[in-house]
Amino acid sequence: MAEIDNKITQLCPQAQVDTTGEFPLVTVPDAQWHDLARALKTQLHYDVLSAVVGMDWTDAYGCVYYLTNTSTHELLHVKVTCADRENPRLHSVVDLWPVANFQEREVYDFYGIVFVGHPDMRRMFLRNDWVGYPLRKDYDPASNPLRLEDETGEDYTCRWVEDENGKVTKVDGKVFEDDEYVINVGPQHPSTHGVMRYRASLDGEIIKKVDVVSGYIHRGIEKMCESLTYPQMLLYTERMDYMAAHINRHCMCMCVEKALGLEVPRRAELIRLMMDELMRLSSHLLSYGCLTMDQGATTAFFYGFRERELIYDIFDRTCGARMSMSYSTIGGVVADVHEDFIKDVRHACDVIEKNLKEYHKLFTGNVIAVNRMTGVGILTKEDAIAYDITGPSGRARMDRYMVRMKEMEQCIKILRQACDKLEAEGIQGEYCAPKVPKVMKLPAGHWYQQVEASRGAFGVYIESDGNTKPVRVHFQSPCFNLIGVVDLTCKDNMIADLITITASLDFVIPDIDR
Amino acid sequence: MEVKIKSMKHEDFKDNEYIDNLVEQLRAGGTNIIVGKLDQLMNWGVSNSLWPLCFGTSCCAIEFMCLGAARYDMARFGFEVARNSPRQADYIMCQGTINYRMAPALKRLYEQMAEPKYVIACGSCTVSGGPFKNSYCVVKGVDEIIPVDVYLPGCPPRPEAFFYALMQLQRKIKVQKYFGGVNRKEKLEGIKYAPEEAK
Amino acid sequence: MFDFGIVTRWIDDLLNSVMPGWLSTTIECVLVAVGLLVLYSLIAIFYIFYERKVCGWIQCRLGPMRVGKWGLLQVFADVIKILQKELITLWNTDKFLFKLAPYLVLIASMLTFACLPWGKGLQIIDMNIGVFFIVAVSSIGVLGILLAGWASNSKYTLIGAMRSGAQMISYELSCGISILTIVCLAGTMSITGIVEAQQDGWFLFKGHLPAILAFIIYMIAANAENNRGPFDLPEAEHELTAGYHTEYSGIHFGFFYLAEYLNLFIVSGIATLLFLGGWMPLHIPGWEGFNAVMDWIPSVVWFLGKAFFITFIFMWIRWSFPRVRIDQMLALEWRYLMPIGLVNLVVMAIIVTQGWYFGA
Repeated sequence: MAEIDNKITQLCPQAQVDTTGEFPLVTVPDAQWHDLARALKTQLHYDVLSAVVGMDWTDAYGCVYYLTNTSTHELLHVKVTCADRENPRLHSVVDLWPVANFQEREVYDFYGIVFVGHPDMRRMFLRNDWVGYPLRKDYDPASNPLRLEDETGEDYTCRWVEDENGKVTKVDGKVFEDDEYVINVGPQHPSTHGVMRYRASLDGEIIKKVDVVSGYIHRGIEKMCESLTYPQMLLYTERMDYMAAHINRHCMCMCVEKALGLEVPRRAELIRLMMDELMRLSSHLLSYGCLTMDQGATTAFFYGFRERELIYDIFDRTCGARMSMSYSTIGGVVADVHEDFIKDVRHACDVIEKNLKEYHKLFTGNVIAVNRMTGVGILTKEDAIAYDITGPSGRARMDRYMVRMKEMEQCIKILRQACDKLEAEGIQGEYCAPKVPKVMKLPAGHWYQQVEASRGAFGVYIESDGNTKPVRVHFQSPCFNLIGVVDLTCKDNMIADLITITASLDFVIPDIDR
Repeated sequence: MEVKIKSMKHEDFKDNEYIDNLVEQLRAGGTNIIVGKLDQLMNWGVSNSLWPLCFGTSCCAIEFMCLGAARYDMARFGFEVARNSPRQADYIMCQGTINYRMAPALKRLYEQMAEPKYVIACGSCTVSGGPFKNSYCVVKGVDEIIPVDVYLPGCPPRPEAFFYALMQLQRKIKVQKYFGGVNRKEKLEGIKYAPEEAK
Repeated sequence: MFDFGIVTRWIDDLLNSVMPGWLSTTIECVLVAVGLLVLYSLIAIFYIFYERKVCGWIQCRLGPMRVGKWGLLQVFADVIKILQKELITLWNTDKFLFKLAPYLVLIASMLTFACLPWGKGLQIIDMNIGVFFIVAVSSIGVLGILLAGWASNSKYTLIGAMRSGAQMISYELSCGISILTIVCLAGTMSITGIVEAQQDGWFLFKGHLPAILAFIIYMIAANAENNRGPFDLPEAEHELTAGYHTEYSGIHFGFFYLAEYLNLFIVSGIATLLFLGGWMPLHIPGWEGFNAVMDWIPSVVWFLGKAFFITFIFMWIRWSFPRVRIDQMLALEWRYLMPIGLVNLVVMAIIVTQGWYFGA
């Protein structure tokens, strides 16, 4: 800890390092930020930028950057503020961490902070004609009524450039050239897995560039969370990545428990773990189904769904709902499991294990499938780190598919072990409701928790001022970073590959848009 | 005139007054027997061949996929021919939240569909905005944009509920009058954002 | 085996005896046309039902169950529905071509349909270039698809149509070559001639390896001609929403849908005709009793039975295989199927000239 402190003050004397919290927190003014960022990346090897969280501290706007060192797995938080409330500007770090491209656009969209040097400063989630910036504390919701005319100006972009004298000018640009053949995929399209929209510039069937237009399911969850108490917020975690509902909720609970210093009963922890793994299994089965269906093998999709029903049955019996189960709660789980829970889980494990072989027989070995998936949409290790791609997606397409299949086998193993433990350790009915304070007030400060959801690293960031409601909640979703690599992986592939590459990246759109 | 759905009794449905009133209203004028029979044939065809438009925005879409999959198998009803092109679809099942950016697209999709067309608002988000009602960019119910025939609450609804909603839609179709009967423009009256000429 | 020629000749004589020749020909034409239309729609309806059931069975589902007994009336409901759907005409399109396209597709499939030998003596005209005629008229369909894609004035349909143009023209070659291989073996292009030549053994069994190879090539090429999976790129649902017919609604779309299933029947029918002996019953030389029993089954049943069986294979392939990509599809045709087909044709020619086939 202290070493980091010294190193950073050596690199940048203006920086203040606070090591009292969970992770070291560096505060720098914007003028020194870009130099410090370069030094952090090249000298201290903080090569992954996990999240850029825009903030409104009412007196100033700013961002919190989450950096990870992949060799030592150390986390570092950097807080950069800009005091100018009229024209908030920060220096972009896209040139250092490409993942910042979409992250900074999101901050621009929510807070109106302009990133100088960012190549494509457009709105991310909201309409192009949106008035104001919704996550600012002084935003007036009445300023944007429902508009039913189509958006205009989506071909235009702009960037802010700084010359040697520090003068910042705005430069307009275009997303596509006038003579490009641009095909629009989405938002209503069968294989965008929701309401994603791509605009692909084509040369014959070859893709030259993909522009991802997001925000068709943006619901402003982060803003809504600011007016809710912590137990109320849990509801939304399940509706982001609905295929990892338990896991996301688990993460949120863990974050709050960590902040409150709560102890979770062992049995509740085991149950949570099993639910997470079941969820992962269900998510990968869906992913298998969608990947195969997008390549035209419809039957495989049906087989995947047949097994998912078994998992749904388990959820149904224990939680009372097939999806959006609301099962984990702060301090434990809502109720004990159904009495046949372990039997059901074992049965599901057996069936899925058996049927995984059938999946391989039907699809994996198929000559067409192999030809279509091998060597297409490759993501190198360097790219995966630069774009912060976690989970099974950071590979070539065939591998992404195989990793999910292998993960399912591992899930089954984990589930079996957990079943044994649950049987050995806990007796039915022994588990009591979690002992938590009636009114939850998180201590002032910032809290961060990361878990591995079914699609990669899911993180929850909470900034609290000691009240029952948070000042800022940010969800770092695994799928958000995935859209950053769509252009990278699809370039020079065919239009048919766009669909399958995105299917193999396997993102859930509500998780991206939040 | 009794509205019959195979292997479902009249009491099995809720909101029966609604359909009874509708039948009474339609009967008030009296019907020519030939036209009536033709109407019945037409309605039988439409109600048994409802092809959905694939339009899922979030969680409800996953349950809709389950509906198509082996256990629930909506193919039994002839609902399985999900069309991706709105021109060929019969009903649009809004699955998931509609936000301000999506709203024009949804409206356009609805307008692109060929008559007769129906709408099912599926899930609490489309019914009223659901858990996202307080958001700055979520439409508080799709009935602000397009006329809704059946509301299906739930977050997300279970597959059984989907079937129930579809059967309710079938009932509604079975009483409509193809020859100079149902006037879709009347439905637009209640809509806040309906186009001017339709009002 | 009952010869349907007796019935048709009897009708012809009857009409000729009561009215002048031109009138009787006209009436016969009308009768045949009406018969064909009815048969056409019935077969299409049956095929749609068949596909839905087979697909349900492969996917562990039931398929249509609720409309009529076992869902038998399902497709009739669909037809009634689709007949009353609104026909949408688009702005900024060539309206004449837009409306012409579905009819072209329909006409192409109907002309081909009319050439099939349904049973002994149950054929409309026995042309001496029957097979050639089939190959010729079936290519009109691609014109309709191209027009549909072009006239819709949409990027999806255009890509779909271009894909389909590339695909159908390429695979027509393999299809033609494999048909030529069999013509070479049969020594005639007349459809009746080809069927008659298979009296003592179907060409699939008679023609050694080249015939089997030609059969495999034909099956692949026909699948592609038909735009069915794994070659359903022109309408690749998950890439192009609905491909070339994205913008069509109502019965215009219905025509494409019907023609698709009818084409499935037609390619199965041609496969039956060329490789499985058309309406010829299964004969095993030397088994007199068995042959007599086989002869007792009507020729129409033989034809339909074989065609449905071939269709089942097509469906099986469709519901098991993922879709190929456009470059892979063209590579398959130009690098593999066509060269193999050409060599196969030469081998077949040698076999025929040397008389090495069975029953020579």
